[in-house]
Amino acid sequence: MNGGFGPYKVIELPGGIVISQTVTVTWLIMLLLTVFAYFASKKFNKVPDKFQNVVEILVESIYGLTKQTMGEDKINFAPYMGTLLLFIGVANVSGLFGLRPPTADVNTTLGLSIMTFFMVHYNSIKSNGIKNYMKGYLEPMPFLLPLNIIGELANPISLAFRLFGNIVGGLIIMVLLYGALGSISTSLGIGIPILQAGIPAVLHIYFDLFAGLLQSFIFTMLTMVFISMAMD
Amino acid sequence: MDGTDLIKACSAIGAGLAMIAGIGPGIGQGYAAGKGAEGVGRQPEAQGDIVRTMLLGAAVAETTGIYGLIVALILLFANPFLPR
Repeated sequence: MNGGFGPYKVIELPGGIVISQTVTVTWLIMLLLTVFAYFASKKFNKVPDKFQNVVEILVESIYGLTKQTMGEDKINFAPYMGTLLLFIGVANVSGLFGLRPPTADVNTTLGLSIMTFFMVHYNSIKSNGIKNYMKGYLEPMPFLLPLNIIGELANPISLAFRLFGNIVGGLIIMVLLYGALGSISTSLGIGIPILQAGIPAVLHIYFDLFAGLLQSFIFTMLTMVFISMAMD
Repeated sequence: MDGTDLIKACSAIGAGLAMIAGIGPGIGQGYAAGKGAEGVGRQPEAQGDIVRTMLLGAAVAETTGIYGLIVALILLFANPFLPR
């Protein structure tokens, strides 16, 4: 938080609770998704109009993806996976609008991956029973128990750092590029940083749009795979 | 030159060295993409499944490189060796 590329402190509440940029942008995304969900589910016509068509395609593709990855019997997970996909997707793309993506903060990504971690273990106990769950740690051989525990604990960390590293890496490269273009245009004797227009657009498309949407897809897919593997 | 300057210099070198970890994911992802292209060439009708599996594998292969990046970022921006 001391300089560098960390999120700025917006306001500090009494009691030392810091409201950083991450939190405010997350609020904005929550508002956006809530308003979108409200208008998407307000009324359904027998003959769908354009907006309803888009919403139907979105919901159907999320259900299809869940069915294909987790199997027909675990279709109940589709709403959570859709929420995860939409939230991370919008959060990553928010860099395009000049906001700081909330996923460029390890607190957000670690929170999401701890949710996945608890879902994996809760559903594993629920579907296999506590006895079989405990026995799973002693396989293939009992002395591999510490290795199995470390392996389970490494999953949420690798899940969180994959998303965080991708987004924050792109963010740092973008900030460095903007700084370099600004100082180049200053040294050329132009008052306004004219070079900052246009040139970063290509990198924005790669880092924010392509890598961001890909990472949100990968986070969701890995969550699905982990849960369905733990349940079988 | 006092101690913190030396720590800063060595941390910068360490951050550079940590990014050597990028070699591994490069090889791994290239291998995954090559095999994916092979699979699509052999079975073009299964393209959707192959691409999805390939992306998942590439993302897992990327993890070690991301660990290197995290170590480099910690050394540069949240250095644990510097006195506070």
